[in-house]
Amino acid sequence: MTLGLINANPIVHAKKERVARCEDPHCDFVRDIRDPEHPYSLEQLSVLSEESITVDDKLGRILITFTPTIQHCSMATVIGLCLRVKLQECFPPHYKVDIKVSPGSHADEEAVNKQLNDKERVAAALENPNLRQLVDECLYSNEL
Amino acid sequence: MDLDDEGSNFELKEIQTLSGHTDRVWSLAWNPATGTDDAQPVIASCSGDKTVRIWERSALTRSWDCKAVLEETHTRTVRSCTWSPSGKLLATASFDATTAIWENVGGDFQCVSTLEGHENEVKSVSWNASESLLATCSRDKTVWIWEVMPGNEFECASVLQGHTQDVKMVKWHPTMDILFSCSYDNTIKVWAEDDTGDWHCIQTIGESSNGHSSTVWAISFNAGGDKMVTCSDDLTLKVWEADIEGMRSGNDQVLWKHLSTLSGYHDRTIFSVHWSREGIIASGAADDAIRFFVESKDSVVDGPSYRLLLKKEKAHDMDVNVVQWSPGQENRVMASASDDGTIKIWELATSSN
Repeated sequence: MTLGLINANPIVHAKKERVARCEDPHCDFVRDIRDPEHPYSLEQLSVLSEESITVDDKLGRILITFTPTIQHCSMATVIGLCLRVKLQECFPPHYKVDIKVSPGSHADEEAVNKQLNDKERVAAALENPNLRQLVDECLYSNEL
Repeated sequence: MDLDDEGSNFELKEIQTLSGHTDRVWSLAWNPATGTDDAQPVIASCSGDKTVRIWERSALTRSWDCKAVLEETHTRTVRSCTWSPSGKLLATASFDATTAIWENVGGDFQCVSTLEGHENEVKSVSWNASESLLATCSRDKTVWIWEVMPGNEFECASVLQGHTQDVKMVKWHPTMDILFSCSYDNTIKVWAEDDTGDWHCIQTIGESSNGHSSTVWAISFNAGGDKMVTCSDDLTLKVWEADIEGMRSGNDQVLWKHLSTLSGYHDRTIFSVHWSREGIIASGAADDAIRFFVESKDSVVDGPSYRLLLKKEKAHDMDVNVVQWSPGQENRVMASASDDGTIKIWELATSSN
């Protein structure tokens, strides 16, 4: 883990009005996931927006793209994991989720995308207690 | 033969669904010593619930029951399981970085040995044909070869480095002591022992040799051992062949060459592929479907091609992680397992018209 923050001074935006996408009315919005390093949501940091999520209910497929705040963000895989866990909670288990960084937004775009969509790697990562704790903090933190 | 007749209609009949695991089922293995007149078929399955289950079909009812749950040994997901060729031992590979060896002692499965050494998750384990060697592979990028000693002792014979990423599967050639591994680094590596007893990589099949362009998840050999099929995240199956007589005479220079690429049939990652004794290639993919391919008898300039025999959509409710043909007497019986937590037994039958 790095000692300093990856991006110490992110640009913070106001929260927007949003349309509910989740089936479960009690389900928190994906965009409220807290950034791993700051007490702001992914939406406030413009990591995610309304356009980021495409859902095909007929096929049961979800594509989510996110924009890390800087090109060499090493938190990208953590953010991707948080998104996956959150979506698993919001949608029925048979939905297939593909998570990518928005094109051109990360220096190791292909490598990050590959890792985020390797089901076996994701499963193993979520069994790692330290990583799981970080993901839980991002998802369930009430600091917003 | 009906496989050659392109007019034949096939269907995949569901025989039974085996439930019990409380998380995704990653893999399964048929006990090779069962499925005969004397021994009812037995399957081992392994799961994200950290357990291994042993299933047996009752001679009386012909129904499958869970005979044992092997728990409290692995502390994380059990990713793969495989029986020794004699059917006496079961090896299980886990994300807890260990490989456990189990023996059936009077109906009770006991863990008789634990192989440690990998730095992180063990993904796959494979026994050689003579049961003298075991191979394991891991996210730590290495492949380990273990010698099987008397009294269920295992000694590390070699740590093979070469892959640049997570190694997904290891598989011994069906008749020769040649080891194959496939990886997140998109390559397949072939490993053999030289005269001085050292193991080294004798071939790397990468993109430049018509290889895969993304993670290679599995390898399977045909009955003759002169062809192999691989499946990948790049949505293709690739068939390879080698000069088997050359390999038998110990020629290290024998190379595996690309024979055919089956593309356009899968639209999501293919996790598993298995070649039946009869030559039917089964694939299991992340679109919940199982597909079957056979060699096409049309004469093609560049060698044999393969055609889709059948696609079974929604074989499971979620990703299919493994497909395995039964080694038993019954022809065209197959098992599959899925993220939906179930195992299904199937029979590939010709549909009556």
